[in-house]
Amino acid sequence: MKLSEMEREEYVLPGNTSCHGCPSTVALRTVLKALEGNAVLVIPACCTSVYMGPFPNSAIKVPVFNTAFASAAATASGIKASFEHQGKDTEVVVWAGDGGTYDIGLQALSGAAERGEDILFICYNNEIYSNTGIQRSGATPYGAWTTTTWKGKREHKKDVSELMLAHGVPYVSTASIGYLKDLYEKVKRAREIRGFRYIEILAPCPPGWRFPMDKTIKMGKLAVESGMWILFESIEGEFRFTGVSKSIAEGRRKMKDLEEYLLSQGRFSHLTAREIAEIKKYVIKKWEKLARLVEGEVDAVTAKFYV
Amino acid sequence: MYEVKILTGNETAAYAAMNSKVRVVAAYPITPATPVVETLSRLVEDGKMQAKFIRVESEHSAMAACIGASAAGSRAFTATSSHGLAYMHEMLHWATNARTPIVMAVANRAIGPGWNIWADLGDALSQRDTGWIQFYCSSNQEIYDTIAMAYRLAEDRKVLLPAMVCYDGFVLSHTSMPVELTKFDDFLSEYEPVWQLDAEDPFTHGNILPPEEFAELRHSIQKSHDRALKLMKKIEEEFYELYGRRTPLILDEYKTEDAEKVIVTMGAIGSEAKVAVDSLREKKIKAGLVRLKSFRPFPEKELKNLLEDKKIFVFDRAISPGSGGPLYNELKSALAFTPVKRITPRIVGVGGIDVTKRTFERALFERKIWIKEVIS
Repeated sequence: MKLSEMEREEYVLPGNTSCHGCPSTVALRTVLKALEGNAVLVIPACCTSVYMGPFPNSAIKVPVFNTAFASAAATASGIKASFEHQGKDTEVVVWAGDGGTYDIGLQALSGAAERGEDILFICYNNEIYSNTGIQRSGATPYGAWTTTTWKGKREHKKDVSELMLAHGVPYVSTASIGYLKDLYEKVKRAREIRGFRYIEILAPCPPGWRFPMDKTIKMGKLAVESGMWILFESIEGEFRFTGVSKSIAEGRRKMKDLEEYLLSQGRFSHLTAREIAEIKKYVIKKWEKLARLVEGEVDAVTAKFYV
Repeated sequence: MYEVKILTGNETAAYAAMNSKVRVVAAYPITPATPVVETLSRLVEDGKMQAKFIRVESEHSAMAACIGASAAGSRAFTATSSHGLAYMHEMLHWATNARTPIVMAVANRAIGPGWNIWADLGDALSQRDTGWIQFYCSSNQEIYDTIAMAYRLAEDRKVLLPAMVCYDGFVLSHTSMPVELTKFDDFLSEYEPVWQLDAEDPFTHGNILPPEEFAELRHSIQKSHDRALKLMKKIEEEFYELYGRRTPLILDEYKTEDAEKVIVTMGAIGSEAKVAVDSLREKKIKAGLVRLKSFRPFPEKELKNLLEDKKIFVFDRAISPGSGGPLYNELKSALAFTPVKRITPRIVGVGGIDVTKRTFERALFERKIWIKEVIS
């Protein structure tokens, strides 16, 4: 697809109240263009609840239904059920942060995925509770400073995209704010599939990660180039790496030094050599784990028992 | 004539939802409301009920899905009890402020620990500030009628509030009675939403609401409760004219006019209290009964008119620890500055203790507030 073929209509309007350099607005703009506005957004408590602006105005030009933090996937299920009963084919899209996906929203997400609800769940993952002011989440990487892990988080993140693979849903993919064409195309493909679909977008947050606000896109690229964030897509159980991650997996491209990614962010500036080594170990393990899925012989859950 | 079936309170609630043209059900099982969920599931699977059934993974999600369905333009229903209702608490508030007129059946049950699955109105009464209209029923026919009436009330554009239809766990939920399965076609049409989510007409619902607008919203909800009280009388009359049944929404009174001692209570024990009134009258004691049906909105004026010169005994099947019986406290406050002679609290039936006519009779003459045994 050429950039010139992208939808021209804007659905995220200027004058919204996001921070400078916000990755979420950029990602949402891309997603809504790919959906051509035929969508209802369900938004749990997250940054978007704020930057859409206060009543009676709104910076989002599709219908938005705000819901409680834990409830996004369930609320979307109800809206979809109603639309199905009315014979409307409007796409119901959850737009949630990592809190509303990984942590407080996980139960409703898992329930909706297991029920095979015909909804598109999109997590914009900035690896923190950014809206409440940079607290750790289940998506925060090991070592990262947050206002609830002042000396750096002691645990690695969990990975909900892998969890969704284990749920056996028809579409799972990851994307990054660094590659908007890739995101656009993934949303387009997800739209063609019925059933529960999950997309997770890495959303580097300048104030939360402590990097300059003009580096958002660059950080989104660097995360992928360094191997820290892995782009993949799984359609009906067929797993493949995509974009830069595919080149890395196929040995056509060398990963950039992970330190370049980590040390360009204030949240990792205190890391010791031992901690950086720990992150590297985690990243390699992750790649090995996902690489096994490409063969199509084992799935995410049973992998460790067979290899 | 309409079909009469022998149904439990739970089955009754399910049939009422079907005949109220509910189009989306999202529910999670919990004792003693589980059979509502099972019956609805069967009615939908058998094609008798034209609805989508969402088998959610929790009550929090059940209410969230009902809110979504209602916002998208469908009549939504769920049923729960006790811990399930407590788990929904956040979304109960949400349903009110979102102005989604959902109706929910609540089989009243105690909240643990220790695990107690029996009747106790404490689960619903502890949700009294969520903004939901609350009805407490005393028979299965009343459950049936009230669910349809609750939709009429809740969906009225002057009201637009969610409503819960409560009935004592096991005492009603699992007791079979004949129920006339009125079809409601003249009474309740397909849901016509005042607003709904629509991709053709985008708007943002529930975004940040500045203090002045928020106060306006909360005030409008209070005004809706006031209007609901007025509308209840009209709906009662209309229902009576159509179906010949006097199903009260506000309250049910029995031999109050010349009564000196009036029992005030809610729920299933209100039926038993009628028996007690007759028994007391045989003993030349001028007893009467007010069974309150609508706890929210609280019909202050109606209660004042009936009770202001009586000796009142309030029977609560619940306790607000550190305060007392919730109904007692509300009534005491409503009757302040009236010439009411005496208002006496009684706590009965907590955790499912059977409440008999003898319970009422003895409670009128003993000074104990708590009755913690079955008086047979």
